[in-house]
Order: sequence, then C-alpha cells, then structure tokens
Amino acid sequence: MSFLRITSPHGHGPMSTAGIMQTVLVATVPGIIALTWFFGPGTLVNIVVGGALALAFEAGALALRDRSPTPYLKDYSVLVTSTLLCIALPPYSPWWLIATGIFSSVILGKHVFGGLGYNPFNPAMVGYVILLISFPLQMSTWQAPRGLGEIPGVMDALTALASPATYDAVTMATPLDVLRQNQGLLMADLQAQKPQFGLWAGVGWEWVNIAFLAGGVWLLYKRIFTWHAPVGLLLALGLCAAIGFDSGSSESGGSPLLHWLSGATMFGAFFIITDPVSSAVSNRGRLIFGALIGVLIYLIRVHGNYPDAVAFAVLILNFAAPLIDQYTQPAVYGSRPVKEDEL
Amino acid sequence: MRSTYAIHGGIHPNEAKALATPGKVLDAGIPDKLVLPLSQHIGRQPEVVVSVGESVKGGQVLALAEGPMSVSLHAPTSGVITAIEDRSVPHPSGMTNRCIELQCDGEDDWLAFTGITDWRAADRTELIEAISNAGIAGMGGAGFPTAVKLNGPPGQSIDTLIINGTECEPYISSDDTLMQVDAPAIVEGADILAHIIGAREILFAVEDNKPAALTAMRDAVAGSESGCQRDVMTFPTKYPSGGEKQLIEILTGKQVPSGGLPAHLGIVCQNPGTAVAVRAAILEGKPLTERIVTLTGEALGRPGNYRVRLGTPIHHLLAMTEFDPSDNRRLIHGGPMMGFALENSDVPVIKTTNCILVPTEQELPTPPPAQACIRCGLCAEACPASLLPQQLYWYARAKDQEQLEKHHLFDCIECGACSWVCPSHIPLVQYYRSAKGSIIDARAEKVRSDRSRDRFEARQERVERELAAREAQRAARRAAAQKKADTGAEDDPIAAAIARAKAKKQAAEETPSAASDGDS
Repeated sequence: MSFLRITSPHGHGPMSTAGIMQTVLVATVPGIIALTWFFGPGTLVNIVVGGALALAFEAGALALRDRSPTPYLKDYSVLVTSTLLCIALPPYSPWWLIATGIFSSVILGKHVFGGLGYNPFNPAMVGYVILLISFPLQMSTWQAPRGLGEIPGVMDALTALASPATYDAVTMATPLDVLRQNQGLLMADLQAQKPQFGLWAGVGWEWVNIAFLAGGVWLLYKRIFTWHAPVGLLLALGLCAAIGFDSGSSESGGSPLLHWLSGATMFGAFFIITDPVSSAVSNRGRLIFGALIGVLIYLIRVHGNYPDAVAFAVLILNFAAPLIDQYTQPAVYGSRPVKEDEL
Repeated sequence: MRSTYAIHGGIHPNEAKALATPGKVLDAGIPDKLVLPLSQHIGRQPEVVVSVGESVKGGQVLALAEGPMSVSLHAPTSGVITAIEDRSVPHPSGMTNRCIELQCDGEDDWLAFTGITDWRAADRTELIEAISNAGIAGMGGAGFPTAVKLNGPPGQSIDTLIINGTECEPYISSDDTLMQVDAPAIVEGADILAHIIGAREILFAVEDNKPAALTAMRDAVAGSESGCQRDVMTFPTKYPSGGEKQLIEILTGKQVPSGGLPAHLGIVCQNPGTAVAVRAAILEGKPLTERIVTLTGEALGRPGNYRVRLGTPIHHLLAMTEFDPSDNRRLIHGGPMMGFALENSDVPVIKTTNCILVPTEQELPTPPPAQACIRCGLCAEACPASLLPQQLYWYARAKDQEQLEKHHLFDCIECGACSWVCPSHIPLVQYYRSAKGSIIDARAEKVRSDRSRDRFEARQERVERELAAREAQRAARRAAAQKKADTGAEDDPIAAAIARAKAKKQAAEETPSAASDGDS
C-alpha cells in the first residue's frame, strides 16, 4: 500500500490569499457607500467597468505568459487592484480613462514585473500616477459633494462613461486645493468663507475618510495587516500638520484633523500602503515606511505642485522599501547576548 | 508559584487530542514479526551480536553500542532471528537501513534483570553506563543518545533539569497519557536524571490543555521526597511551546544563544518517556523495548494511546485499530506539524515514534498548489524564532546563500508555523530544509576545496624549494669543477679533461632526474 508523500506541516490554517483579497474588498464597502452618497454613482460605475476590464487584462496577460488563468483570476487580487484604482479615480471618468488606468495598473504595474507578488510598486498607484501625469485635467475634475452641487443620476453616469471627453458636471475645487491656493486668509476665516469646509475638514470628504477608517479598523481586527504602517502614516502626518499649523495663520498648512480627514488620507493609510507586496516587511520597517509616507504626504500637499500627494508618496517609498528592509531586520531568538546574571 | 514568560509568534491549530482519549493505555499486543532497525537514534549504528536462526529472550541484547554516540538494541519479546538485512525504516527520505527481524514465539519469555536500588549512592559513571546499556535515546522525537546528553559538554555545570511534557503538537497525547498513568515513575526518573547531571532544580512543564496530567504530576511531586527544588509549571497552550528553545524561554525567560546548547545556560531538557525509561533502566535494569504511541486520525476506527513494542510494523497497528483507507491518502509518522509522511505501512515503530497519524482527506486535506507569495507577513507574525520567513523564502528561491545566512536561516527550528498560516499554501519549511542542505553541502565543499588548495600550495612550495636547493648545489659543483679545471689544467691536462668529462656527465644525469623528480 502506497501513501502520498508530502512534507510537513500536514495541517493548514484558515487563511487563503483569495480570502484575504475578498476581505479587503468587503472593507472598501463603507468608503464606497460614502463616496456614492456624497458624489453620486460615478465611483460605482468606475468600479464595475474597471473590474471587468481588469479581469480581461489579467486573463490576457496570463495567456501571453503561458499561465493557466483560472487559479489567478480566482485569487481576487486583480479585483482589489482595480477597485482601489477606481475608488481613487474621479467619479464620472470616461471609459478610456478607466481603461488606460487599468491597463497601466495590471500590465505595467504588475505583469511586467512577473505578476502577483513580484511588483515593486503598488499597482493601483502606478495606474493612478500614469493617468495623473498624462491627463491632468480629467484627473483633477471632481464632482461637487452633495449639498454643494447637484448629484448626477445613473443615466448621467453612463453618459459620462461613454463620452469622449470629460462629463460636464458641477465641479469644484477640493478643500485641499482651496487651502493650497489660500492667499492671506486666516484658517478660521478660510473655513468660514469657503463652502467646501465642513465640520472638521471638507464637506463629504470627512465622512468618506471616516468610512475608510472604519473599513481599515475592521481589517486590523481581522488581522489582515498589522497596525504599524497606518499608525506610522497617521502619526507622522499629524505631527507634521501640528508643526505646520502655525496657530491657524494665513501661512498655515492646515490642522492635523484637516489632514487626517482630507483627500485620500485614510484610504491611503489603510488600503494603499498596507499592500504587503510593495511595502517593507518587518513591523519596525512598516512603521518607518508608513511614517515616511506621512511626512511626504504633508510636504507634497503643502509645498508640492500636485494635489494628489498620497500616490506620489507611496510610489517614492515603494522605491525605498528594500532599503528599509535592509536596516530593520528583527532580532531573532538567541541573538540577544547572554547576560552574566542569567548564567 | 513561579511566573512564566511569553514567547514571540506561535499558532493555535485545532488540537484534536481528544480523539485518542488521552489518559488511557491500550495494549497493542505481540505481532508475528518485529522489525528492529539498528539506528533508532542520532549517531552510530550499534554492532549486531546475534545471528540468523538464533533464539533470543525478551530483553536480550541484539546489537551492542559502538562508542558513545551509539545505543544498544534489545529484543522486545522472545523468538527467533529470521533476517538481518536492509529494510525501509521510518525516515523522511524513505531510506532503507539494516534491520533485525524477529519472529515472535508468543511465549514472551524474558531474561531476569537486576537494577541499582540505591542509586543515590551509586557512582555517576555507573548510572550513565546503565542508561547507555539499556538502549535509551531521547523519546521526544530527535532520538539523541541520552547518556551523551547526561555527560554534557565538558566544563559546563548544569543547574536545571526540565522535563518537557508540553506536547504542543496537535493530535499527540502519548506524553499526556504517560503523565496521567505513570507520574510517580516520571518524577522518580527525573530525580535520577537530576542526580546524574548534578542539577539542583527540576521543572516539569505541562501545557494548560492537560489538566489531568498536571494534577497527576503535582500529586506525584508532592508525594515524594527529593534533594532538588521541584516545580510543576503550566502555561497557555500554543504551538510550538514544546520546542526546546521556546520552552526554555517560557520557563526561565532566557534564550539559548544562537548556535548554542541549553547546557550553555546550565539547562538540560528531557522527555517524560525518557525519564520513565531511565527509571526502569536504573531501578530494574530493564532495557527500552516498548513505548506509548498515539494512534490517531479519523481514518482509524479505534484510535487511542497504545503500549507498542518497538519494531511492531505499522500495518499491524493499522489493522488492529480498524483503519479505513477509503478517504485517506497520508500516513504520518509524528504529528501534523512536524511529522513526516511515510510511503508505506511496512516500516516499524521505533524509539522516537510518538504518534502515527492517519487522517481522512476531509480532516487534513492535501494542500492545493502553492500560489505566489504576497509578502503578507503572517508567517513573520507566527515565527517563534522571530525570523522573516517571507524573506527567507525569497532568498531560498534565489539560492542566495549569503542573504539566507544573514537572515538567520539556521535559527529556523522547522516547526511549520509559517507554512501553517501561509495564505498562499507555500511549503515554506520545505524550502528552508532544502536551503539548509545546500548550504551545509557548500560549506563541506568549501572545507574540501580549501584543504586541497592548501595541499597544492604546500606541495608547490616544496617543489620550488627542492628545485632551488638542487640548482644551488649544481651551481656550487659547477663552480668547484671550473675552479679545479682552471687550476688543474696547468698541472695535468689529462686529469683535467677527465674531471671535465665527469662533471659534464654528472650534469647531464642530473638534469633529467631533476625533471622526473617533479612528480614526486
């Protein structure tokens, strides 16, 4: 009688890659609901169209690389990439913008380097930055949030998708843009005068950020990642904002709360920099990785030319991740020198 | 009560220990034939002292220890030796090894033994010799000759004896059972061991998922006298708390230095089964010929903890426990975390067999094909040695031996926690085993090539030295001849001509001989 010979261990825990990816997708739901509530169905349309395109590109790339597509399509990783990119894209983006972004993410961000697990950069951010540099106008056109403008319906969203140019919606500068262009107003006055500002940060944006924070905390609870990178980012960003707050003068960079709840802060902290493939590996490394991204986000937001600080900060630190790894190896068991009194 | 310490990492797999009803010992009986491998331990094979056709009694020596790193082998029952040949043995490689086959006669006729009753008064070397003669090797899994461990590294004094009853692997309950039924013998064995190594304290370690064993051990300690400070310690269940290094940290807060031995901290660890075997060897003079084996898994109709004679073929045990092969693909020697899969059930139970696990496919499914590593870091969270398994995997695939050593590959204890949590089902431990093998080979190769290079260079130097010496000699002779010729020409031209011819001839003879000397 012959038995199967495989090596130990013979048991396995409950985690699977597909399971992790599905959990991440579920955790984006609160953020997507918030985006849809404040900006209309544009983000949802982005995600559906982007997801379909991503599966197609993934299957095509796998076929070209002589891999069987089925097991890879079942791991949900490409859907995570496309969903994250489509959340970051402006709602009511035309189809070709979405397609270019997905192509850049899936092919240039991932398969060019060898597919899942081999990408040095966060694929969603690769796609995003390529779009941002290539189509700055389309990429900086954000719908005005509910309460400040009319919210388009599903038909409008589909029209926008099919249109060759950008959908002509009610658009408005985001609070971070307003802050950047501030000329001489005290923070308090700016927030009082500009309709974009809400309770703590921007109208709509603050709730979107809180929703992504909620999804992120749930992922932490599910132990999909450790707290190190997100906490590093939020602490560093908060610290920089506190230093640059300048007691709310006209030169102020904005309060920590404003930065935490604006733009892609929470989305970036919990969904982008926690991509394990392109981040540092050790816990200490991830804390440093997150903190440096936080510092860069602040610097780019307050002193840079592009408003989309998170994407650039993440890509720059992706470059640095191997170097961080080099210096943050944890102390292994038995490496501690034995003290005299222990003998 | 002493406090315990937390260790990094670890996992909580389904324990599945209740399946084999810990605490109850069943008898596996005497099979028709026993197959006894000569090597059931780490170290040298013992020397066979019986021949085919010879009748032996239970407890009779079949093979005698050859030097310190070797242990003797005894007959587990009476019968006739029917073969001494290579058979497959329980080993991850599926290799064969020299075995003695014993046809049991069913009489179970034993030799009479005499023990050392007053062991406290006995000489240490006498006790160690008795242990060595009884064929005892560590029964926890590695099978290190116990006598060698008791001798310890020279110049190292031992303070603490740890009896490791942690048994953190799922499914296995042989030590749990032994602690429940034989706690006084374990405690007495531990006292003997502590006396031999000169330890002044004994720590009995039991995970908190074995309350019955814990109570039994506490009662046994309370009910006996000892010269040592004795503590029964318990701590939360977590795999791999029973790993020697992990257990030492849990109990003492100290870490065994990388590449070092517990003895460097003044600690020696022993398994409860070993303690019982030591007690029997000293007090009764009885050799090690049986052990408790957990026969478990849902493919068995009658799982349990069985007293099994060493050499019992596993197919005998499978038949006895009503093995149902319909949904089974694997036969595992040891537990699900560190055990190895056997190719066939003809191999016998040996001194280190603590468990035979026969799972159904539903219970422990065959792993799906590995997916790409997404560097999620779950493995690093689980690693009890605080390694970065995902980096080790990366470098093992790249065969980057320098980085592997920099990332402390050799501190990996191969517990399998990383593979267990890996969401991509990557057989990480297999990569590390393979990488360790390659590095050990490369090191040996380097030693070999360094040695041959040294030899070559030494030889080259010697050849050059000899050539130079010969050249100098020749030059001196030539100069002398020249001088003689110059001065002698005036005296006697004939004699000078003869001398010149001689010198020439000599030079001609020396040149080829010098060349041929080059190979010497």
